[in-house]
Amino acid sequence: MKLPSRLAALLAAAAVVTACAPQTSTNSSSEKDDKSGTLRVWLFQEVGNKPKEKVVDSVVAAFEKAHKGTKVDVEYIPIDTRAQRVKAAFNDPKSAPDVMEFGNTDTAGYVKDGGLLDVTKEFGAWSEAKDTDPTAKTSVTVDGKIYGAPFYVGVRALYYRTDVFKDLGLEPPKTMAELATTARRIRAAKPDLYGLVVGGAYTYGAMPFVWANGGELATGKNGSYASAIESADAQKGVKAYTSLFTDDNCPAAKCAGMGGNDTITAFAAGKAGMAIGGDFSHTAVEAGKVKGEYGVVPLPGVTAGSIAPAFAGGNNIGVLKSTSHRTLAVDLMEQLTSKKTQASMFDAMGFLPTFADVRSQVAAKAPYVKPFAQTLAAGTKFVPASPAWSQIDSQLVLPTMLQEVISGKKDVAAASKEAAKKMNAAFSSVG
Amino acid sequence: MNLRTDLRWTPWLYLAPALILLGGLLVYPIYQLGLISFFHYTQAQVSGGEPTTFEGFGNYTELFSDSEFWQVLLATVLFASACVVSTLAVGCALAVLLTRVRAVPRLALMLAALGAWATPAVTGSTVWLFLFDPDFGPVNRVLGLGDHSWTYGRLSAFFLVLLEVVWCSFPFVMVTVYAGIRAVPSEVLEAAALDGASQWRIWRSVLAPMLRPILTVVTIQSVIWDFKVFTQIYVMTNGGGIAGQNLVLNVYAYQQAFASSQYGLGSAVGVVMLLILLAVTLVYLRLLRRQGEEL
Repeated sequence: MKLPSRLAALLAAAAVVTACAPQTSTNSSSEKDDKSGTLRVWLFQEVGNKPKEKVVDSVVAAFEKAHKGTKVDVEYIPIDTRAQRVKAAFNDPKSAPDVMEFGNTDTAGYVKDGGLLDVTKEFGAWSEAKDTDPTAKTSVTVDGKIYGAPFYVGVRALYYRTDVFKDLGLEPPKTMAELATTARRIRAAKPDLYGLVVGGAYTYGAMPFVWANGGELATGKNGSYASAIESADAQKGVKAYTSLFTDDNCPAAKCAGMGGNDTITAFAAGKAGMAIGGDFSHTAVEAGKVKGEYGVVPLPGVTAGSIAPAFAGGNNIGVLKSTSHRTLAVDLMEQLTSKKTQASMFDAMGFLPTFADVRSQVAAKAPYVKPFAQTLAAGTKFVPASPAWSQIDSQLVLPTMLQEVISGKKDVAAASKEAAKKMNAAFSSVG
Repeated sequence: MNLRTDLRWTPWLYLAPALILLGGLLVYPIYQLGLISFFHYTQAQVSGGEPTTFEGFGNYTELFSDSEFWQVLLATVLFASACVVSTLAVGCALAVLLTRVRAVPRLALMLAALGAWATPAVTGSTVWLFLFDPDFGPVNRVLGLGDHSWTYGRLSAFFLVLLEVVWCSFPFVMVTVYAGIRAVPSEVLEAAALDGASQWRIWRSVLAPMLRPILTVVTIQSVIWDFKVFTQIYVMTNGGGIAGQNLVLNVYAYQQAFASSQYGLGSAVGVVMLLILLAVTLVYLRLLRRQGEEL
């Protein structure tokens, strides 16, 4: 009789377990659409946030004037802990903001979490929206619906040392093959410099090599993606990037562990002939030792004159599903991401506008923007608009692949196959 | 109500405050951990974007069928064992040393150890990493190693982390064992010395058996502590080393599950860790009991 009674106890325990599921919050969309009251806004707290606050304050003042009886309460949240803040906001709609800024790679994840409001109709009716950059628009689109408005974009290009290039009689490289030979010539002539500083954990520095060779991260649409990193073209790109981790350019022992910031730090400190950095790295490089002795060109593609597609990073502003001021919140979102705001935000913070026409206006004023604007105009790429991306990103699938090749643990074929397996597992786990 | 039943409930009444506190702080979280590990529970479920589904042992099968999990588990066990042995060796050796030096060097050693103990793990890890930095670190300069990178090789990276772990956890062993040695009656030690026992022999045949309860506690503490090491690996190997070669279970759980909000899977790792630690502790206690010593 002992066994059956134990079994019964086990079954009873199982029944108890299934009966009480862990807690969930009811994050249904609010039915209310109040036309007055307080709107809460969360924006990111940037390094040197004052100029941003000034621009936002003027937008808010105009908004409050236009809508009688409304008050806008803006809070700047630290970027490091934003993930926790946003999760908490989704879990407890009462403490959530109405409008918030978020990184564009997070869009699909937040939509799946049930946090963002579908604004397809309003976005379509918005007069300024037609000038939005196509990639920027992709970054707010999930399953054909639009969940927010692009706030700014960020792309990477090739930084190079003008003094070193002059010394050695070099020209900025025109093709990806030339990029590698130029890098090696710099290192050969000046052994204390990296030729082109690269990082094994620098995913967005490696991706242009994959894209330029005709490869993709993943293919598919509308939620069901499949990895493409193991395709022949993508492998060619991975090979091109990882072959830069040699003693005659950037020794594996030092460069395999580097991330994007490490490479910029090395370049800014004058330890590299070239680096792949963003428009957002401009300030850091200006503050470094190499100030006044560097130039920027678009990262060259495979054929001469072409530009390697860059990753279009940046931030969006969206409305939360739980808002009780739907109309007002969407209006405020449009004001915060309007052409006028983006133009003044560029002057204040150097954020690149997401509207093509506004971008060419600012490029005329600030010459350093030109190579980045060119890169954007040549066409950029975005990560798969799938909630699985945040999982792939935090599981370090791509850095692991790169580092396995760089350290010689696996060849490109085996490493990319392994990465594809992990990516597909992530894609299928989110359904 | 008669007196007899009253008496039967009295002990429970006195225990109640402690039990309620323990129940709230220990049992309930562990219950939640176990519960969540049986569900498909991600951020989408927490915030109500999708319904919660019961998965049975789904998270566990996913975990156990991942070959990387087994590699990481093996690496964790070996790394934790090496850390425990080294920490105990260094801690005990310095505790004995403390009893044999004069007041001033003893005070200096104590202060140095307490300094190491009080240093936050993140700070300690960053400083150690800087000491061994290929470009700017003093260690390479003193040893004349040029720009040798300590974190590139798997074993050398683990070794570097081991040094930091031992450095920040030996003080606990040293102070506890030192207190234990102080409590040993000096006649016993004198008698052993009169019999001509060497320093090593005194430790092995007199001190270690008398200190057994204390050694048990510090060993179990070290096992638990070193098995769960997170900060040192996360900071010093930049989240698990080149291609994840320096992952330990805790960092693995964080990367695979918690960082991407897969709380169900992460809880399954937590439950597995809990069971392993419980098993290790029970086996260790059983072994000691068998040797005839009651704790």
